[in-house]
Amino acid sequence: MENRFKFLHLSVLCTGLCVAMLIRSSYAARGAGGEPRYFAVVNARVVTGTGTVIDRGTVVVAKGLIQAVGANITVPPEAWVIDGKGLTVYPGLIDAGTDLGLPKEEGAESSATGRGRRRAAPSGEIAKGPEDRPGTSPWRVAADELKTDDKRIESWRNAGFTTALTIPDGGIFPGQATVIDLAGDRSGDYVVKAIATLPISLKPTGGFWGFPDSLMGSIAYVRQVFDDSNWFAQADSVYQANVTKFERLPYDRTERAIARGLRDSEIVLLPANNAVQILRGLKLADEWKINAVLFGGQQGYEVAGAIAAKKIPVLVSLKWPEREKDADPGAEQTLRELKFRDRAPASPAALAKAGVKFAFYSGGLSGPKDIFKNAKKAIDAGLTADLAVRAFTVDAAAILGVDDRMGSIAPGKIANLTVTDGDLFNEKTKVKHVFVDGRWFEIHEEAPAEEPGDGKKDDGPGPLAKRKASSAEVAR
Amino acid sequence: MRLRVLTAVALLATVTPVCVRAQVSSARTDNAILIEDATLLTVTHGNIEHGSILIRDGKIAAVGADLKAPEGATVIDAKGQYVMPGIIDCHSHIAVDGSVNEGSVSVSSMANIADVLNPDDMSIYDDLAGGVTTANILHGSANAIGGQTVVIKLRWGKQASDLPFQGALPGIKFALGENPKRSNFTPPPGVAPRYPATRLGVEETIREAFIQAREYKKQWADYNEKKGTGEQNLLPPRRDEKLEPLVEVLDGKRYIHSHCYRADEILMLIRVANEFGFKIRTFQHVLEGYKVADEIAASGAGGSTFSDWWAYKMEAFDAIPYNAALMTERGVVVSINSDDAEEARHLNQEAAKSIKYGGLSANDALKLITLNPAIQLGIDSRVGSIDVGKDADLAIFNRDPLSVYAVVQKTLIDGQVYFDRQRDIDGRPALEKEKQDLLAKEKKASEEKKASKKTEAKPEKKPDQKKKRAPTNQDSAAGSAGVAP
Repeated sequence: MENRFKFLHLSVLCTGLCVAMLIRSSYAARGAGGEPRYFAVVNARVVTGTGTVIDRGTVVVAKGLIQAVGANITVPPEAWVIDGKGLTVYPGLIDAGTDLGLPKEEGAESSATGRGRRRAAPSGEIAKGPEDRPGTSPWRVAADELKTDDKRIESWRNAGFTTALTIPDGGIFPGQATVIDLAGDRSGDYVVKAIATLPISLKPTGGFWGFPDSLMGSIAYVRQVFDDSNWFAQADSVYQANVTKFERLPYDRTERAIARGLRDSEIVLLPANNAVQILRGLKLADEWKINAVLFGGQQGYEVAGAIAAKKIPVLVSLKWPEREKDADPGAEQTLRELKFRDRAPASPAALAKAGVKFAFYSGGLSGPKDIFKNAKKAIDAGLTADLAVRAFTVDAAAILGVDDRMGSIAPGKIANLTVTDGDLFNEKTKVKHVFVDGRWFEIHEEAPAEEPGDGKKDDGPGPLAKRKASSAEVAR
Repeated sequence: MRLRVLTAVALLATVTPVCVRAQVSSARTDNAILIEDATLLTVTHGNIEHGSILIRDGKIAAVGADLKAPEGATVIDAKGQYVMPGIIDCHSHIAVDGSVNEGSVSVSSMANIADVLNPDDMSIYDDLAGGVTTANILHGSANAIGGQTVVIKLRWGKQASDLPFQGALPGIKFALGENPKRSNFTPPPGVAPRYPATRLGVEETIREAFIQAREYKKQWADYNEKKGTGEQNLLPPRRDEKLEPLVEVLDGKRYIHSHCYRADEILMLIRVANEFGFKIRTFQHVLEGYKVADEIAASGAGGSTFSDWWAYKMEAFDAIPYNAALMTERGVVVSINSDDAEEARHLNQEAAKSIKYGGLSANDALKLITLNPAIQLGIDSRVGSIDVGKDADLAIFNRDPLSVYAVVQKTLIDGQVYFDRQRDIDGRPALEKEKQDLLAKEKKASEEKKASKKTEAKPEKKPDQKKKRAPTNQDSAAGSAGVAP
């Protein structure tokens, strides 16, 4: 019991009152959040993410924001105190590329992937040129389509992730990706930045019968869409000032959505995993004059210098290349493939050495467990643990353009914290507490997954009440 | 300048089934190189026995019988060997990431091969080993007007941006005949077949595209003119990535390389070109070119053909191996191309066939893969012969390259050795070891992973809990097929 956390509350009376309130209050039914949202983690090692580590520090959290952090902080009387002895507080971890909350649509795979695609007709309409806008829906926003009942949200949160970039799937311009926090009562509570990045895929969508049917066709298409969007921005301003002089411009929501993104210097995510793709991405980013971030980055060890020279950040996929599970055991493997598989985890260290800003993303890993395991491989391949933490926190926030509000432990930042009983990348380390927007989640080892943000159950004590009850027992 | 030492992986399938790698020195040296005591096949001014070539700064600085190596020069002793200009392949599809066809539309001129160059394609190295130094990388022939094309030097080990032949005009692929009319021949239910389906339609597609391009060019000219006079509130035309390359064709800034077979379609394209006032740079394949060689010569187009492929489809039935020789006799600038990564490894032999079929001189046969394709690609002032001032792109063979026994010893581009047969052979054991080490490392890691999973795993179900069932025919069939039970 010693290593369990404790409430050192001001008085037994107060504790009892609070527990009673929690069980009874409507808030309890609003999910696993931590009303009253006043917490102090004391006596903990605090990794602020901004370079400093406080060996015995306090973090005070209230109303969704970090109020104070430091070694000598006065804990406000209304705060619930969590003994952080033996624990480490990190900024809430960010997974910089997921589809959390956006479960795959049925049949979404058919047009873009699948080996037999050349013989099968693509689903949906057949594009006969760029004007048909194949695989293009940049007006879609992930925030509008969040399914908060996606079970993976809780599993990611329990692993210490408080935040994710969630990217719509399907097509060349699938839609705007959203930065979400991984807790809330309603989907709107999750959203940190609705229009955060514009992801691009260069996978041909045409399936032989439709445009584009080749990588070069996809690139040509994206180029034409940027041309059209730039044209729209220019033409529309002329037209609006001269509505009686010109025929009206045709309505095209693709042009409008992308013109807005270009105007706002929105981050554009370009796929680039191997060295050839990375150099191509750098070139296209220049040509298209976009605020680009490359994603993939696993062969960055070959071209880190070139990336650094362009000052373009990289989201590094933690799904390291592996031999296909069902690969023919007798099939010839090239040295280049073998080297790539061997060296991919060395990419982050190489990027760091060259001065490239990078963040990690799970990149389709099925569970959060592998995220840390695979990040550890990057550390084993030369990345410092400090930079690995930054790649999940402050650097990820900076690349996604939300470092003004999250990514580090500092007053005024969103109260996203990950509290562990050891080093983040140690296999034996357990995540003990997670704060998302100041909502407190106690992580029970091997506890069955509980429904997050379940606002519908209002009969009987919810999971929070159970947890609080067990907390109270420990405190007694 | 040291650009990037890319670990180059070379697969020489014919020599060894394993992966080998050639370490390409990307260091460009200003030091002189002297290739000494070889038979020089200059192509432009005869053969020089016991000749030497001095290379400085990647260019041929001197050619002659009695050159002395300057101090500090690297000497390549080529005694008894043959040096020819680096081979130029006027029709290649190597070094491309993804499909070479944007076949979904009949005019795919927005697609650009230059966007998808892949410097890691092993075929670059394989073709270097055949003495090829320059290749015209073409879009496929799925559509009447295909994508934009690019001439590259086979600078193996460099980045994509280092491949293009600086100064070579870009091109565009056209295609006539069966391929553009037959592509998308039987679409699945619910998908309309792609227009065109006839040779008439191919012509109409090209004509329509140029009508649009002409109109597009005029739109921009009008806009720029008005803008030039200071007129305000102008609505700009849209940029059109499909039409801009065609405007470049009209302006003579982009070469047309047109796939074709039959005489009638060749004449058709010449008529369309005359109507719109553009030039055809090369007819590719052009297997019936011998029937209309005078017309091709008069149009100023070159002919880039195969040595002796024919009858592999209806429109290739009238092809003859005398085509290259006959077109040459009628004044067409003719090249022999590969259209294939493997064929490109022995273009010297392909050229030699025109000596047998049509009686070309040895020098004219060599021209088919050196000076003539250089002329066709507009780069003959830079490459295509062994002349002072030209790029030091050279292939060194152990015998006369027109012999079937000739094997490339070294291939140089810009005075750098990009392929060295001996270095390749010497490097193979080390590469094989590196590969085996990596395989062993991977195997070990996967075994450790399995072992750790076993210890973590929950106790497995006892065998007696497994559902038993009687063996069936399928089981025995699986057994007989060697499938593990």
